[in-house]
Amino acid sequence: MEAFTTHTGRAVPLRRSNVDTDQIIPAHWLKKVTRDGFEDGLFEAWRKDGEFVLNRPERQGATVLVAGPDFGTGSSREHAVWALQNYGFKAVISSRFADIFRGNSLKNGLLTVVLPQPTVDALWELTEADPTAEVTVDLVARKVTAPGVEADFELDENARWRLLEGLDDISITLRHEEDIAAYEAKRPSFKPQTLPA
Amino acid sequence: MGRTLAEKVWDDHVVRRAEGEPDLLFIDLHLLHEVTSPQAFDGLRKNGRRVRRTDLTIATEDHNTPTLDIDKPIADPVSRTQLETLRKNCAEFGVRLHPLGDVEQGVVHVVGPQLGLTQPGMTVVCGDSHTSTHGAFGALAFGIGTSQVEHVLATQTLPMAPFKTMAVTVNGELPEGVTAKDLILAIIARIGTGGGQGYVIEYRGEAIEKLSMEARMTICNMSIEAGARAGMIAPDETTFAYLEGREHAPKGADWDAAVKYWRTLRTDEGAVFDHEVVIEASELAPFVTWGTNPGQGAPLSASVPDPASFTDPSEKLAAENALKYMGLTAGQPLREIAVDTVFVGSCTNGRIEDLRAAAALLRGRKVADGVRMLVVPGSVRVALQAVEEGLDKVFTEAGAEWRHAGCSMCLGMNPDQLKPGERSASTSNRNFEGRQGKGGRTHLVSPQVAAATAVLGHLASPADLSDVREPAGV
Ligand code: SF4
Repeated sequence: MEAFTTHTGRAVPLRRSNVDTDQIIPAHWLKKVTRDGFEDGLFEAWRKDGEFVLNRPERQGATVLVAGPDFGTGSSREHAVWALQNYGFKAVISSRFADIFRGNSLKNGLLTVVLPQPTVDALWELTEADPTAEVTVDLVARKVTAPGVEADFELDENARWRLLEGLDDISITLRHEEDIAAYEAKRPSFKPQTLPA
Repeated sequence: MGRTLAEKVWDDHVVRRAEGEPDLLFIDLHLLHEVTSPQAFDGLRKNGRRVRRTDLTIATEDHNTPTLDIDKPIADPVSRTQLETLRKNCAEFGVRLHPLGDVEQGVVHVVGPQLGLTQPGMTVVCGDSHTSTHGAFGALAFGIGTSQVEHVLATQTLPMAPFKTMAVTVNGELPEGVTAKDLILAIIARIGTGGGQGYVIEYRGEAIEKLSMEARMTICNMSIEAGARAGMIAPDETTFAYLEGREHAPKGADWDAAVKYWRTLRTDEGAVFDHEVVIEASELAPFVTWGTNPGQGAPLSASVPDPASFTDPSEKLAAENALKYMGLTAGQPLREIAVDTVFVGSCTNGRIEDLRAAAALLRGRKVADGVRMLVVPGSVRVALQAVEEGLDKVFTEAGAEWRHAGCSMCLGMNPDQLKPGERSASTSNRNFEGRQGKGGRTHLVSPQVAAATAVLGHLASPADLSDVREPAGV
């Protein structure tokens, strides 16, 4: 997993609330067998509309998504996070995220930042008025800054440490490989095995 | 203070416990199938990791497999890719696989128990929510997501958040004609689809103890539909008898040691559950769903409820939406609902006892005109057993279709689907909108109700069949 310290990029203002994971990545994309290549499925239904914000030429290359409240509700599919990352987003800002989506995103290195709705409104107004405006998400200082906007955000210490170090769950567990080996050594012999010994 | 069954199994699997962190648990058995594993293997590959314990891992193909013409190439390219990817991954990482055409192939939750791989006191995981099925053996069995699948492949462990415990005690005896499926549907209707959230449910009481292993699997299978993390039943003589002699069951001295340990896996006298629910078995009757979630069910003798009768505004809205989607009107007797499709199968009710129960009612009778009945064994082994007992003949003679093993019409991921507006009586576990095909309408039922419904063409219980015989009067 890539480490996240601080990121600066242009933003996409997404003025919609209750964006569920089926809208982020429709179910028929779930049949893919890799972790990448989901970028074309991101917000697929909405992107059929040429005026949809993601389709606007001035939004190309943007890396910060500023979304409405209750982002990521619905099915627990992790593909929603991959789709956002494959598309190029590094951080998503919203006043409220669905729990499972937030858990999935932090695990995968996509920083979800919770800011009060007035701050989200300010970011929407700013980036709508000036699409070139850059937003900085600083995980070290736990701060979001943009021209005329400055806001602190919270993130639990454990999640923050993992993002800063770029540690995924597996690498963290493998730090305790000795504990695993010790447990394995004392498992009873009657436990079944799937392969011939 | 005593411990519950779930707590005992949990404690026996703690690899590492640290303040402020979730416990790291060892996983005894990891089941894989084609839908939720590809990205996990992809992740291993990207990070140069291997499967830590191939000897505790097993894969089969089920969700995408067709149930007809299985010797022909799979028509849907996406399904084909998922299956081919699983085969490639298993070969590359050294994982045992039972592919389509293999004698041990089948729905993953039917295959594990039948091989004797699911045993009491184990931790079992699979990238599938109905992993709760394995709790029937007194195992702690969880459905997990794809990144957790990768985690288990790489480390054979999983960090797990603590759970709460719930006891569902079923007193007394189930009345004649009332099955495990009716019981679990009634339980879900009682506690709600969110009622089990955060809990591991232990089913106990006289009615549960009397159930066969297959019926216990039906109960635990649907724990997830009550929102529970898992469901469990304490192992007993029924469990041991089911396991003894199975391919992967312990043998000789190991068997004795295992049984000795398994006998300790009971909730201690004085252990306290965080929540308790008590059900009187004698009050139960055949139960069916009328709505679009498994909690929207009622006794077959009842009528479609009036949404206005729900006091909770969100339940009321859900009922309104459900009736609209299901094309039903309030007050309509459930027995008068006509179906065009009947599905017997899935990891809930696709085992041999389920097929026997359905066949017993179909013997000498005919599936009603205009009704399509699919019988899909949960695994190839189940199919072979059914053939040996002549059940396949009973089904085909009654006019039902006898298919190859797989998930089939439990979900619309393979060719067996409902068309928009079609209505099924289904022994599966989910009646969500579109679950069995876009626009399809699902009523969840027991195998017995499914068979009676197939004969009469409308939702019906076995008792309704008493005077329906083939003209010849067999
Ligand atoms: S039979 Fe249905 S519920 Fe069971 S594993 Fe297959 S799709 Fe899932």
